[in-house]
Parts: sequence; structure tokens; C-alpha cells
Amino acid sequence: MISVRGLRKHYTVYKRPPGLLAAFGSLFRRIPTAVKAVDGISFDIGRGERVGFLGPNGAGKTTTLKVLSGLLYPSSGEVRVDGHVPQRREEAFLKKIMLVMGQKQQLLWDLPPSETFALNRAIYEVPEPEYRRRLAELTELLELQDLVNKPTRTLSLGERMKCELAAALIHGPKVLFLDEPTIGLDVSMQAAIRGFIRRYNEQTGATLLLTSHYMDDVAALCPRVIVIDKGTLSYDGRLDALVRRIRPEKRVVLRLDRPAEARALEGMGKVVSSDAAQVVLQIAQDKVSGTVARGLATLSVRDLTVEDPPLEEVMSELFSQGRTRTETAA
Amino acid sequence: MSARSTVRALPTLVRVGFAEAIAYRAEMLVWVLSTTMPLIMLALWSAVAADAPVGRFDQRDFLAYFLATFIVRQLTGAWVAWQMSFEVRTGTLAMRLLRPLHPMVSYAVENLAALPLRLVVALPVAMLALLLLGTARLPRSPALWGVWAVAVLGGWLITFLANALIGCLALWTGSSIKVMDVWLVAFMVFSGYLVPVELFPGVLRTLVAWLPFRYQIGFPVEVMTSAYDLPAALGMLARQWAFVLAFLGLAAIVWRRGLRRFAAYGG
Repeated sequence: MISVRGLRKHYTVYKRPPGLLAAFGSLFRRIPTAVKAVDGISFDIGRGERVGFLGPNGAGKTTTLKVLSGLLYPSSGEVRVDGHVPQRREEAFLKKIMLVMGQKQQLLWDLPPSETFALNRAIYEVPEPEYRRRLAELTELLELQDLVNKPTRTLSLGERMKCELAAALIHGPKVLFLDEPTIGLDVSMQAAIRGFIRRYNEQTGATLLLTSHYMDDVAALCPRVIVIDKGTLSYDGRLDALVRRIRPEKRVVLRLDRPAEARALEGMGKVVSSDAAQVVLQIAQDKVSGTVARGLATLSVRDLTVEDPPLEEVMSELFSQGRTRTETAA
Repeated sequence: MSARSTVRALPTLVRVGFAEAIAYRAEMLVWVLSTTMPLIMLALWSAVAADAPVGRFDQRDFLAYFLATFIVRQLTGAWVAWQMSFEVRTGTLAMRLLRPLHPMVSYAVENLAALPLRLVVALPVAMLALLLLGTARLPRSPALWGVWAVAVLGGWLITFLANALIGCLALWTGSSIKVMDVWLVAFMVFSGYLVPVELFPGVLRTLVAWLPFRYQIGFPVEVMTSAYDLPAALGMLARQWAFVLAFLGLAAIVWRRGLRRFAAYGG
């Protein structure tokens, strides 16, 4: 469905130091700086896949999504989305895709979302019965009943995002690019949006490429992740394999009836945190069963869970490894 | 989007565009009223012509000319340069580019959708003109009225396409509002908006004939005030539409080239 080969997108930006003198000087001389937003990445995504596109700020994620959706011309490389070259922006291509940006909106600011829905129906030529059916589905799934007739500017961020998603899906896109779709939303709204996106993918078989700084989004939606850093690809594969590679240890969480003595925890693994009610240990995978048995025997354990380390920590470590590699190379 | 699909979508596009135009009714009305410069010029030129005509214009001719200018201005307004410059700078042009409808078509519909509100202001002025002047200065032949209608369309197209062309420059410069300001100054001076082109000195009048500004507003006003017979009006119409085609071609080239530079900032 999506094929990217050696994609590069380089910009020239002009730097200007702060201050009045620099502002005046910039009228006569500008300082150009080459930015390699994306620097030769390649990957393929199959039909119906849900893929997380991860990387630190400025890694090139959004730039890649913008190239894939035809907004930006690549500096070099070859990109195909369902057989189309995105930058040609052919009508058939634009009817198949949608890019939802958490920080930009297509809803008409001064009008109720229902007007944007109607506009999209006309522009995407969705037959009236299909439009009504799809809108009813979206209204129910996203609980839009009370929102669609209020001016967009009066809606909260979460309400707007739900309406954005509905507007984006009126024409039933086959490829959905989601750029931080849950940014700024509260936890329950994030969960609702995640659930909705997953259902859309399962019901329609749409291909999904998602960027998000909320690792819960990625964990809930994306079996596969592509990680880029400074414009280059650093990982492409299953999320669980990435977690195992970066953090091969497991987390054992022991909830206690009585506080544990420090001596009792010696030799059980790395103590991540410890207080009167709970101890969190980080343990190599092959030592989990032994440690659990010892903990149950020697501590007053009320409850016990074995978990993967939090995805945020895994990503933070992955990105810091990337930085270390770059600094070493420099 | 094919032409047929665009036509099918047009009623919804216009309806939504009109709803947007009237979202801030008071602001829109104030903006329409801000185009009353011809009425100010009417007062000035009437004072000048109080004792003797200026060229062929007596006070009633000036009244006819500037009321017609006010009406044509309402019918040919476009503001896409400001929209484009803003949308390029903030990256929101991206949302238009994602839709299977050419952004120029959506800009055009949005600009045209404000027309009914502008007519609300223009029609009473037209009625007033009829009341004060009668029909003596209006074209007698239906063919000339046909030329007038096509000339108003041509005037709007030149205004819209010049706006679009200047808006596209923002793809290189980041913002093109100041270029539009310069264009507007030239428009005010050379279009017949402030001074009928007939009153320009000879050399300047020749120069104005080769500039696009007169065809934006002066020419439709001149047709409306019976300044031409049919052959002369058709000759001017041909010149006007040559400008329309030139601007169309130029805007298409600049748009296509500029789009390669679009950075879709933000997000």
C-alpha cells in the first residue's frame, strides 16, 4: 500500500540571532542553514496495517507524513501510496487518503461541524444515502449528537478533535495518516479516540500510519513501529521486539502487607522504587520465576504483577542511544 | 476534481461559503461600507464641477460615474491575496491541498459567496442612481448590457487572478501582503476608481490602456455610463479578456512552481 525508497527532504532555513542589530543586519545578509528533515529513509507498509511512526521532536515524522499525503515535494527518493505518486495530487489519490493533524484543523472555524461535513460530502462526492449512514455511525461512535450544530469555535479541544476525525472519515479514506491525533486531550478522551481509530481500521481495513508522543496510543494501536531520528530510520519492526531489544528486563511489582527490609531485597534485582506498600524490581527475563518464588517466600506479598517496562522509558532510552551514537560519531 | 464534479458540488460550496461570509454580519457590513471611496470622490469631483464641466463631465455625469463605480466595485471584489498569504505563512493551506478540489476553485467560491451581501449594499445605490438620474446615461442596447455583464465578470476575474498571483508569491517570500498593498495603490490611481480615465492627460491615458487596472473597474463603469458604442465596447472587451487569459496563465505557472516550495509549516 505504501512504499518509500530513499526519501530525502532537505530545507534551507535562515537563522537570525536575537537583538535589534541582528534584525537590521538580516535585512542585508541572511545566514542559510541546510536542514535534513528526512535523510534517506525506506520502508513498506501493507494494506490494513497499523504502524506507529516514532521519533523525538524534529526527527522528521511529520515531514514524512506530509510527503506521503502530497503536501510536500521530496528532495529525492521515490514514494508511492496505493500506486499514486503523492505530490501529483491526483483526484483519485486525494479521495483515498486523509491526514489528520492534531494541531491543525479542517473544520470551518465560524460554522458548526455539520457544515464541514456537508462540504466534504459535496467535495468527495459521497452519495447522499452513504453519507447519511456514515455520519450516523460516526455520530454514534464518537458521541457527536450535541456537538455538530454548535459553532466550531465554541467546542472544547477534545470535542473539536472528535469532529475533526468525523470530518476526515466522511469519505471513508483507505489510508489514514494521523499526526498526534490525541494531543492535548484528557485521558478518557484519548482512550475514546484510540478505541474509535482501532474500530475504523478493523471495520474498513484502512491502512494507518500514526505519530504520537503518547506511548499509550502506540501501544494500543500499533503492533509495528518505525522509529526515525534526525531524519534516518533507526528501527522498523514489531513493537514488542523493540521493547525486548532495548529493555530485555521485566518489571516485577510486589504489593506488600508489611514493609520489606532492605536486606530482604538484596540480590533480587535492580530496585526501581520501594516504599512501605510496594516494591518495583527490574529483573532479567530468565530470572523472573526465581525472583518471584523468592519474593513470595520471604516477603509478605498481597499481590504481584510482572510487566514490560513502560514504553516511555524504552523510547527515552532508544532516543538517548541515538544521541550518544551521534555524539560519538561527531 | 473534474469540471462536472465541481459544478455538482457548487451549490453546497456556495451555500457554505455564504454562511461563512455572514458569520460575522456586523464586521462584513463594516467592510462593505469601507469600499465607499467612490462616494467620497463623488463629493470632491462634484465640487470641482460646480461652476463648469471637467472635460465632458458635469456634476450629474460625475454622479452617474461614481455611483456606477461603487456598484461595480461591490460586484468585482476579491481578497484571496490576504487569505493565501496568511495560509502559506501559517501552513493552513495544507488543509485545502488535502481536498480533491483545486484550492483556487475553493478560494473563488468563497469570494463569490459574499456577493449576495454586497448586493444588499449595491442595489439601494443602484435604485438611488435611477431615482436621481433616470435612465438617460444607461446603455440603450441590450447588446451593450451583455458587454457590461461580461465586462463585470472579466473585471472580477482580473481582480481575483491578480490577487491569486500575488498570494502565490508568499510561497517564495513567506508573506506577500506588502506586494498587494503596492498593487492596490496602483489600482486606485490607474483603474478609474478615483478619477475617470478620460480625465487623465494624453500620455498617461495611453499608458493606462496597456495596464490591467482599468479593465478591473473603469471599463465596466464606462460601459455602464454609455461611454462606448458597441464596436468600441467590444474592442475594449477583447483587450480585457486578453488580460484575463494572461493572468490565468501566469497564475497557473506561479502556483505550480510555488507549490514545490510549500513548507506546510506547523503541526
